[in-house]
Formats: sequence, C-alpha cells, structure tokens
Amino acid sequence: MTGSLAPGLIALLPFALLGGICGLDVVSFPQAMISRPIVAATAAGALAGRAGLGLLVGVAVELIALETLPVGASRYPEWGSASVAAGTLAAMSPVGSPGTVPVAMLAALCTAWVGDWTMIVLRRWNAARARAHVEALDAGAASTIVGLQLWGLTADFARAGTLTLVALLAWRPVVIAAGTHWALDPRVSRAIVVGTAAAVAVTAVWKVFHATAGTRWLFCGGLAVGISLLVWT
Amino acid sequence: MSPASGETLARPGRGQSGESREPPVGVVTRMSIFTRLFAIQGSWNYEILSGTGIGFCVEPALRHLPGGPTGRAYHEALARESRYFNAHPYLAAVAVGALARAELDLVPGERIDRFRTALCGPLGSVGDRLIWAGWLPVCSLLALAVYGLGARAVTVMAVFLGAYNVVHLSLRAWGVHAGWTHSLRVAPALSGRLFRSWPQYIARVGAALAGVALPVALGRFIGPGVGRGPIVGVIVATVVGSVVLARLQGRIEGWRIALGFLAAFVLYATVARHV
Repeated sequence: MTGSLAPGLIALLPFALLGGICGLDVVSFPQAMISRPIVAATAAGALAGRAGLGLLVGVAVELIALETLPVGASRYPEWGSASVAAGTLAAMSPVGSPGTVPVAMLAALCTAWVGDWTMIVLRRWNAARARAHVEALDAGAASTIVGLQLWGLTADFARAGTLTLVALLAWRPVVIAAGTHWALDPRVSRAIVVGTAAAVAVTAVWKVFHATAGTRWLFCGGLAVGISLLVWT
Repeated sequence: MSPASGETLARPGRGQSGESREPPVGVVTRMSIFTRLFAIQGSWNYEILSGTGIGFCVEPALRHLPGGPTGRAYHEALARESRYFNAHPYLAAVAVGALARAELDLVPGERIDRFRTALCGPLGSVGDRLIWAGWLPVCSLLALAVYGLGARAVTVMAVFLGAYNVVHLSLRAWGVHAGWTHSLRVAPALSGRLFRSWPQYIARVGAALAGVALPVALGRFIGPGVGRGPIVGVIVATVVGSVVLARLQGRIEGWRIALGFLAAFVLYATVARHV
C-alpha cells in the first residue's frame, strides 16, 4: 500500500472498518480511547504499512484534540474516524510528498467537524426510535431495550465507517494534488502545522489545569525539563 | 432470558430498612452486567440520555426478581430503570450496581426513582473532573512525551492505552462493586478521598507533564537537522497563538481557528504561490 496513489474501493474497506471501530469507540462502545488520534491515526498508518507517518499525523491531531474533551453532553468533533482517515491518507501519500502532513491534518479537522454533525443526527435518530417504542419501554420489554441498544451500536458503527470511506474518497485527490503542487519545504510545512497544533494544545492544557493551585509553577518546571531534554538529545 | 444455569434465584431482602442480605447473584450475572457496561451509551440520545443503557446493564440482575423474567416485578423494574438517566459512562457503573441491588432488595419503586434522580449530578460531575478533564489529558500528554523521547509507534500506543485503561477498567469494576455493596448508601463512597483529592493530584501531574511533553514532541515532529529558524518560529507561533486563543476563549474554539488557518495555509502552499 506504500505510496499508492489510487487504491480501489475494495482496498479502502479495511480502513473504513477501522474507522467504524474507532468511531464507535468515541461514545457507544467500549470507550477505551482507541479513538484518540494518537492511537487511531497510528493504527491506520500501520494498516497501510507506514505506522510512523500515521503516528506523525496522530500526534498533531492529538495536540488539537486535547482542547475538545467529551465533558457532559457537550458537542465535540468526532476524532475517531477522522483520525483513521487522516492516518490512512498520510500513509497512502507518495513517499516524500511535502504536503502530506498539512493536508492530512486538514482532512482530519474537516472530517471531525462533519463527524460531530453525524453524531448529532444519530442521537436524534436514537431519540426518535426510543419515542416510537415508548409503550414497550414503559412495559419493561427487554427485547425492546436490547433492540434499541443493538440498533444504536450498529448505526454508530455504520455512520463512522461510512464517514471514513467518504473522507478517504473525497480527500485522496487533494493529497495527490498536494504531492505535485506543494511549493514549500516539508520541514517548514511541518513546523507550521505543529506550531498551530501546539498553540491549541497549550491553551487547552491551561484551560484544563489552571484552576488547581501550583500548576503554573509545575508547568514551568516541566517546560524547563522538556527544553533541556530537547537541547541535549 | 431465564437465569443462567447453576445460579440461584434471589430471595427477597429487607429493603425497607436499608439493611439486607446480599442477594445470591452468580458470577455469570455479574460478568454479564460488567460486559454490558461497555455499551451503556449504545443508544445515547438527547431525550433519555443513557436511560436505556442503564436498563440494558441492570437487566441480567433483574431476572433474579421473584417471578423471574416473565414476572411483574421484572417488567416494572426494567421499565423504571430504562427512564431518563445521565452520568459519566464509567461512573454509571456505580449506579448500575446500586440500582441492581436495590431492585433485588425489593426497595419501593418511588424510593429507587428518587435515588436515581439524586445520583445523576454527582456521577456526572465527579467523572468529568476525574476522567475527561483529568486522566484522559494526562494520558495524552504522557503519550506525547514518550513520542518526543523517541519511542516507536507501537510503544506510544501501548503506553497511552495501557495507562488509560488501567484506570478505566478499574473504575468500572470498582463502580459496580461499590454500588452493589452499598446500594442506596453509596454516596459516602463517592465523597471519599479518591474523588476529592485525586483530580487535584492529576491536574498537577498533568501540568508538569505538559511542560515536558510539548517541547520534546514538537522537537521530534519537526525532525532533526532543521535550522534554528523553524524551531524559533514554532515557539513564537505557539506562544502568540496560545495567547490569542486564550483571549478568544468562550467565543470560538481553538480547533476551528486551526482549521481555518490550515485551510488557508494549504491553499497558499498549493495554489496561491503558482498564481
């Protein structure tokens, strides 16, 4: 699969399946966080034979995903299938293509945004189905409850798998175009991507931890250690 | 849907007084409840939230009610447990254990309803603080630090999934056990030291870890042999960007700004420079 430009629909199905599994993990089952970008994108990259490239994209998306934690019933981007799509796109890009990481990252953000919308549609659909079976629920019918659960799980899996497949089909031409038309140095491109992601991550970390006493000093201490490690290694 | 073979039917406890003998629910039923917990949000929706999921998880225990799965007690209990419920998905295990025990202890339905309502708030807020805004970002930062220190892809994944799921699985298992053991008196278990102090400890570890992880992860991401220009550029962009995003907090999310910026950048790098 390495460097393949135009894999057929059948070749994309394993990635759609992985996207379905990771999308399912976000909310429905089993919430073991295999849907986090650093896992999902890496797994997709490994499936395509380039785990390192999947990890690279996964790290960048993970930095941004730090901002959108699934607290309460809030709306948040669906990172599971988006990360699989991004990891796959990166791993399938031509070897040495300079625009791979920025375009894969852009694909991840757009897909996650659409994924958020699809999750809302699914939740409304789940509500409609529950409403349609309200009499059976009020009667304590186990078959109805099991049926609603199974339907919800299946629909979520189908939603995420389809989203992954559509994202791969839609973004593959963009990745190919970026491979031939990209005009910037790849390392500069990666620096811009990671700078953007890091800015979001720093804000997210501040938002999550700043209320606890002493965290600013601990962050500064950690930063000193991190910069020292960066300089010495 | 009959009780699993080899399991003994429960005898009614003394639910009214709050003190009861433990219903003899077997390992098969306990395992069934535990595995169903992973799908507790399978039909999550905006109207009854995870209500159906609670009913789904409690159902194996309800088969032990007098009359079995065809009896009136079973259906009444299942209907009650499938109504609106909201909680953190991992800590919902506490509710599942407690509600299963209360139903088998034949606690009056009105009292169970009040207990369900009272549980929603604490189980949501405690779980959000401990996991979503605590352990999850800490594990992400740990994985980023491991990546920055040069680990292979499989190691990064293993560290993240291992660290996260040790707590995740333990919390679910503890939740069912605590709920089942304490039933309607589970509140003290939720106000214990673990839930009061740990979010603060986790936040401190997270802050220190963030300081270590971000520079090393950025360093590896950009790659070796790059000049000072990109490194300085990334540091400046990170500082300026985070200040801007912090000021915009509450008005627009950072990932949306990142999306707009990246779209403009990709357009510039592929199209605009050729025009």
